[in-house]
This record gives sequence, structure tokens and C-alpha cells, in this order.
Amino acid sequence: MGLEAKNIRFRYDRRQNWILEDCNLTVNKGDRLALFAPSGYGKTTLAMLLAGYLQPTEGEILLDGAPLPLKGVCPVQLICQHPEKAINPRWRLKKVLEESGELREDVLDAFGIERGWLERFPRELSGGELQRFCVARALMSGADYLICDEISTMLDVITQAQIWNVVLSEAEKRNMGIIAVTHNRHLANRICSKVYDLSTKTFL
Amino acid sequence: MRKLNRRTRVLLLTILMALILIATYAAGILIPESAVEADFMATKQPPSLAHPFGTDSLGRDLFLRTLKGMSVSMTVGIVASCISAVVAVLIGIAAATGSKRVDGCINWVIDLVMGVPHTILIILISFALGRGLKGLLVGVAVTHWTSLARVIRGEVMQLRSQQYIAVSRRFGKSSGWILTNHLLPHLVPQFFVGLVLMFPHAILHEASISFLGFGLPPEQPAIGIILAESMKYISSGMWWTAVFPGLTLVLIVLLVDRLGDNLRMIIDPYSAQE
Repeated sequence: MGLEAKNIRFRYDRRQNWILEDCNLTVNKGDRLALFAPSGYGKTTLAMLLAGYLQPTEGEILLDGAPLPLKGVCPVQLICQHPEKAINPRWRLKKVLEESGELREDVLDAFGIERGWLERFPRELSGGELQRFCVARALMSGADYLICDEISTMLDVITQAQIWNVVLSEAEKRNMGIIAVTHNRHLANRICSKVYDLSTKTFL
Repeated sequence: MRKLNRRTRVLLLTILMALILIATYAAGILIPESAVEADFMATKQPPSLAHPFGTDSLGRDLFLRTLKGMSVSMTVGIVASCISAVVAVLIGIAAATGSKRVDGCINWVIDLVMGVPHTILIILISFALGRGLKGLLVGVAVTHWTSLARVIRGEVMQLRSQQYIAVSRRFGKSSGWILTNHLLPHLVPQFFVGLVLMFPHAILHEASISFLGFGLPPEQPAIGIILAESMKYISSGMWWTAVFPGLTLVLIVLLVDRLGDNLRMIIDPYSAQE
């Protein structure tokens, strides 16, 4: 049960090498798992597979025993590394947040999102500010699982701590499953109960 | 007085241009038929205060006739470029969102239409449809959608691979919702700028086809007709019959072209704050 990756293999093209081979992973609700590996071991690809952005070439992704739903709000939400790519540059940020569902004041307050920012365009905010919008958007969608693909790599330590505090407390409150992709071993140990090394396919 | 910033200046200039164009168009419609009737007491007069552009061989006032002709030409230009812009957007979206085969097919048609010289294609279509206004409109519309369709196709393809579109799908948004909320706002500026920049092309083609005798009927005061008539008399020294209508055509076309450029400057997000 929970979110399962069963014997996943993935490649973009038949002529290319496998990016992921025989990958097995299970995350239950309330679990916090860190995915850890050097560059080029397919961390982001696995994250995209788990959230349904890509379809595995072989194997399957199961959510509580069934394939991921293709319609409706996906219960597994991915937060990407580059917030400026995940937000439509022609939308005001209010619309960005409303795309996922109800605007929740408590989430906005927790992230320190000023109400004045809601009327601005993405170009007028910094990367850290935008990333807060991306995380807030994913939380407001009511997802059960959150996949965080290096969401804090490009942020300063204070913002990093602030974002993770909100994510973790919200996850605890709603009993969400979290998969955190990161390069940072210390961060992985700090926020997650288990760390999985994709390069050796072992738990650390 | 405080110096206006560049954006405000461009905006004012654009409004002024639009007003001049609308005034020309309205003047052409409001001038009664009687004002451009033949007056054999005043044939072949050079420019004077009473007749700023002079009169032609039938004594018709060329200034009023040019204005009237301009508004006919502008109608052709506006209608033809509107039709082709809408066609371009629809085909561009179809090419970019449809299957590979649809895309290939549409690209082939675009290449075909672009490969044949416009003037020849318009002459053929206009001739096949019995000349007149209808033939001209269809001819210009059929030949002018291609370049804008290509731009729109490229834009949609680039947008479709954007991450925020994928994110939107995972939030359970339908393709129709994504089209209207994500794609169309990006296409609106392309559409309007493309529309305005297509207008000069359309109007020049209309004039040249009418000049060659395959477009509007000779009794209609279109710019092309006026220029074609003037050619008969230019060797006898009636220079004004060709120069003034020609200049007016060039001026109007330049005005619309600049209007399009200004519009692009105002809408484009990378120069919008300047």
C-alpha cells in the first residue's frame, strides 16, 4: 500500500541506455523518505515518474494498489527545482495559487507570502519568493504525497529552513507522505526518517 | 513640463496613428458619390487650392477620389487580413496540437502556398471567382495566412513543452482549460501584431492586382484603379494623377506598419517596461 514503484525501468528512447533500472520503492502515508544520489543517477526522472509526469517504460507506479489517476487532481504532487519554469509568466500570482484549489490564508501566512505579491507578475519576484508559491500551490491542492525535487537547492539557508518547516508541519498535520530529492546529505538526515541512495540502491 | 517616458510617448503616437487611419477611412465613406462625379468643365487641372491633388481626364477631383479609394482599399485590407489571421491561428494551433501526420500535412500546404508567388496566386483565384471584391478578398486571404500560421505553430509547440503546462495537467485541468488559460494569453499579442503587419501586405496586393486589371471593377475608385488610369496620361505631363494617390498609399501603408511595430513594443513583455 502507499505509493509504490514496482520494477521501474525507464529510458526516453529505444536507442538510449536505461536511465533507471529495476527500481523498487515504497512510501506510505506519514513516511518521509530522502532520495540521494550524485548527479546523473536519475533522481529527477524517478521523481517525475512517481508524480505521473512520465510513464515508466517497464514496471508500474501504484497508488494504494491502483495506477495513478490520469484525471482530476493528482494525489501525488511534484514540486520542481526551478520555480520560474513551473509558473506561467503571464499570470498574476493569485491565479497561479488558485489553479490548484482554494486559497488558504494559513498557508500564505506560514510561508510569509505578503498579500501584495498576489497581484504581481512572476517576473517581479525573486526565485525564493516564487518557490514559496510553488510549494504553497502544491500544499493547497490537498495532495497526499509530496515529491520535492531539490526544492531548496537554490535558496539561502534561512529561506530553506522556513520552507521545510512549513512543509514538515503541514505533512505532520495531514499525515502526508514526503519524498525529498536532494544532494545535501545533512538536509536529508535532518528532514527525513529514511535515506535511499539511488546509486547503490540501498538505504543508508 | 515633465518629460514623458518612452512608453507613454509610444502609446500616444500609436493612438494618433490609429486616429489618422480611422479618419481616412471615415472620410472615404462619408464623401458622397456626387463629389467625385465627372465635371467636364474642369478636366486635367494641376493641383490648386480648389483641387489639392488636381483633377483627372474626366474632371473628377483626385483628392476626394483618392480618399474614397483609400477606404475601399482599407476595407479589403482589414477584411482580408482579419480572415487570414483567424485562419492562421486555427491552423497553427491544429498543426501544433494535432498528430504528426496533421502537422506534416499542414506544413506541406504552407510550403506550397509560400512557394507560389503571391501575385500570381491572387490573380488566379480572383479570376476564378469572377474578379470583383469577393475574388480579391478570397485571393488575399488565402495567400497571406501562411507566415503567421508558422509563427503560431512554433509558439504553441514551445508552450506545450513548458513545465507549467505539465503542472497544470497534474492539477486535473482539462485540455480546453489549458488552451484558454495558458495558451491563448500567449498567442493574443502574436495575433494582433501579425494582424496589423499583414494589413500593408494585403492593401499593396489589392492595389497591384487592381492595377493589373484583375481585381476591382474600373468604376470603383480604388487606389489601384486610379493608378492604372493615371498611367495613360502620365506621358502627356499629368504627373499629379500618379504622384499624389501613390504617395497617399505609401503613407497609409507606412503608418500601419509603424502602428504594428509600436504595438509590438507596447505588448512585448521584454520592452513593455521601457
